[in-house]
Amino acid sequence: MQGRVTILYFASLREQLGRECEDVSLTDGQVPVQTLVSDLRSRDKALDGVFAAMPRIRVAINQELASFQDTVKAGDEVAFFPPMTGG
Amino acid sequence: MIRVQVQQDEFDMGAEMAALSRISGAVGGMSVFMGQVRGNQGDGLESLTLEHYPGMTEKMLMGLAEEAFSRFHLLGCTVIHRVGIMYVGDPIVFVGTAASHRAAALQATAFLIDRLKTGAPFWKLERFTDGRSHWVDARETDDAAAAAWDDPSKD
Repeated sequence: MQGRVTILYFASLREQLGRECEDVSLTDGQVPVQTLVSDLRSRDKALDGVFAAMPRIRVAINQELASFQDTVKAGDEVAFFPPMTGG
Repeated sequence: MIRVQVQQDEFDMGAEMAALSRISGAVGGMSVFMGQVRGNQGDGLESLTLEHYPGMTEKMLMGLAEEAFSRFHLLGCTVIHRVGIMYVGDPIVFVGTAASHRAAALQATAFLIDRLKTGAPFWKLERFTDGRSHWVDARETDDAAAAAWDDPSKD
């Protein structure tokens, strides 16, 4: 069964990728974030370069901070961004 | 009472402080932190553009405010963070806390600003007078300041 997830990019990550969001289909019903990232990197050379060059990328699932071991499922909103610098 | 706001417009510090002071007859003091765009560093900084993750930002700020409220037994707590473009000297963030006694208010304000710098989805883009721009890097000292609040027994 295939499902789609919405992926958002912020700040320097968004700027370097040249896009702020995309919809992708999951290869399995649910996958760890790191598998999703591997899939994204293997089918997009530019994204692979950006992720390789940027250490400490953070992830949020459905607007909650998450880890790369957490599971993504169909319908989720997954966001990638550099460390936060508010205040 | 907790008030969390993310907005483009400037905030009125006097009005926010007055509202906090009147929040309860039990208020004995309040503490305020206001952060603004720092200039005169010799680097020609002209402006900061604050980007955020709408929805998640409000959720994370509310979570931090609720944590401060119960941890420091606050009577009132206001967090306002601006987004968009701001110039040298412009206010960026307001944190105000009201409590029965000064220690709680002072600690709660320090907790909130330390935590929100690295714990809410904001990012700063610096623009300089010569046309350069640069995303601000996270600082280890900020991570350390946020982590220092991990142990509530030290309050």
